[in-house]
Amino acid sequence: MTSTTTLDTERAGAPQDRPASRRRVKPGWFLVSPSVALLLLWMIVPLGMTVYFSVIRYNLLYPGENDFVGLENFEYFLTDAGFMPGMLNTLILVGSVLLISVVLGVLISALLEAADFAGRGITRVLLISPFFIMPTVSALVWKNLIYHPVSGILAAVWRFFGAQPVDWLAQHPLLSIVIIVSWQWLPFAILILMTAMQSLDQEQKEAARLDGAGPIAIFWHLTLPHLARPIAVVVMIETIFLLSVFAEIFTTTSGGPGYASTNLAYLIYNQALLQFDVGMASAGGLIAVVIANIAAIILVRMLGKNLTEKY
Amino acid sequence: MLTLKQSRRLNTTLVGIAAWTVALLLFFPIFWMLLTSLKTEIDAFATPPQFIFTPTLENYLHIQDRSGYFRYAWNSVTISFGATALGMLIAIPAAYSMAFYETKRTKGTLLWMLSTKMLPPVGVLVPIYLLAKQFGLLDSRSVLIVIYTLINLPIMVWMIYTYFKDVPRDILEAARMDGATIFQEMTRVLLPISKGGLASTVLLSLILCWNEAFWSLNLTSANAAPLTALIASYSSPEGLFWAKLSAVSTLACAPILIFGWISQKQLVRGLSFGAVK
Repeated sequence: MTSTTTLDTERAGAPQDRPASRRRVKPGWFLVSPSVALLLLWMIVPLGMTVYFSVIRYNLLYPGENDFVGLENFEYFLTDAGFMPGMLNTLILVGSVLLISVVLGVLISALLEAADFAGRGITRVLLISPFFIMPTVSALVWKNLIYHPVSGILAAVWRFFGAQPVDWLAQHPLLSIVIIVSWQWLPFAILILMTAMQSLDQEQKEAARLDGAGPIAIFWHLTLPHLARPIAVVVMIETIFLLSVFAEIFTTTSGGPGYASTNLAYLIYNQALLQFDVGMASAGGLIAVVIANIAAIILVRMLGKNLTEKY
Repeated sequence: MLTLKQSRRLNTTLVGIAAWTVALLLFFPIFWMLLTSLKTEIDAFATPPQFIFTPTLENYLHIQDRSGYFRYAWNSVTISFGATALGMLIAIPAAYSMAFYETKRTKGTLLWMLSTKMLPPVGVLVPIYLLAKQFGLLDSRSVLIVIYTLINLPIMVWMIYTYFKDVPRDILEAARMDGATIFQEMTRVLLPISKGGLASTVLLSLILCWNEAFWSLNLTSANAAPLTALIASYSSPEGLFWAKLSAVSTLACAPILIFGWISQKQLVRGLSFGAVK
């Protein structure tokens, strides 16, 4: 009996959109709530603890000394010898990898779309492959097989041209890490941009060509505007991951020499799990959260509408 | 003077050469890793690097007694599948209700979920480490399963949401008219229709879990260490282990590489939060 009555009301409410959707709210919230609750817990509990730890003196080497110290930990972290280099390295790393992957990503995917050459499918597979390699593997393959100053491939290339081989990770640590990380994330940009380009209207392109537009004009006025949204997506997703690059530094340079390749993530790890200074690491963690949030606010403002407007 | 047809063909050839050059350059480190895994340690360390050598499978044959590979591989498998299963279980109902019972708050909730991805892991490293230690979960697989589920949940909800959005509402209405409960509506109608999309969500989650290397390096040591941690343990010894390292790395990456090749088109949707299809 009850089921028929609900069916009747359902049918009665169907023509008007709003009342129907309002009545369906109940099962909706019930089903969403586990996800929301878990994610809330995941954000609030550890973050709350981080906030608490950041204002007390807390070093695992000196247990029992948990006095309230106000903003002392922040002061120490901000004046730490590693903070400025860490901050700068984070910005350089994120900025240059973004630049490399977007610019080269657009060019390479445009190249692949330019003509139907032999083996296009295979080149596509080869191009996106590095994205699926786990970070510790890419770091060690680059460190040992490519960068190694004696037996690495680059050393062989340098010798071939009569130059002195370079000890990449010791002499140019940050550049070397930028190259490794770009190698991992350029394929991601190619993957996204290539797919986006395939959805570009071929007829429109053909029409432009018949109107006498050259390939560069077509690329500039038709392809690039079409790519605005996918490029925004690439920038956003990569920023999320690039702000917390860790394994690549951990397995290659350990942040060195000195602080030359330390980013914020590595600096905080170093503070927490190598020097056991929980208070200071927490202060650093909060600063990292603030920086990520500034980036997030800018990005979501820029892209949020872009992402949801389709639905 | 070239005819139009000839110049088109020339153009295609030039583009092809350029594209192949770029592709081979980008793929080279992977190719080189595979090649090194087939060398003896002496060949692997040789100067100049050897392109022609007598291949050997020795590195693969002795992989278990040299590195205990299978224990780490098993950890990777259980953690990835555990986190993926748990994630799907939580994400499907959420995506279902957001796709079919949309409210004013749905978009906000989706964006909020996305914003939890902005929380850098180092921001919560200390408390998670201490909590895990407190509960005796340090170096256990369950703590990684829980963390991976949570960090991938937003992506999974988004991805499934975009697939559910493509399902015609009429089909679900019809099932509802026939008296199906929400549970039946989901299991009998919705899930079979969108199984392709769900499969690619599962693949994406497996890939992300398999390759995750922040939490696995910080929270595991001996018992629960997955492959990412096994490979990181090769970072200290210099030389003489390269062939072995390459063999372990090749085996660790091969399944994910194949998953990635199979599902590249569908992954785009998940990785771009539905913005690019």
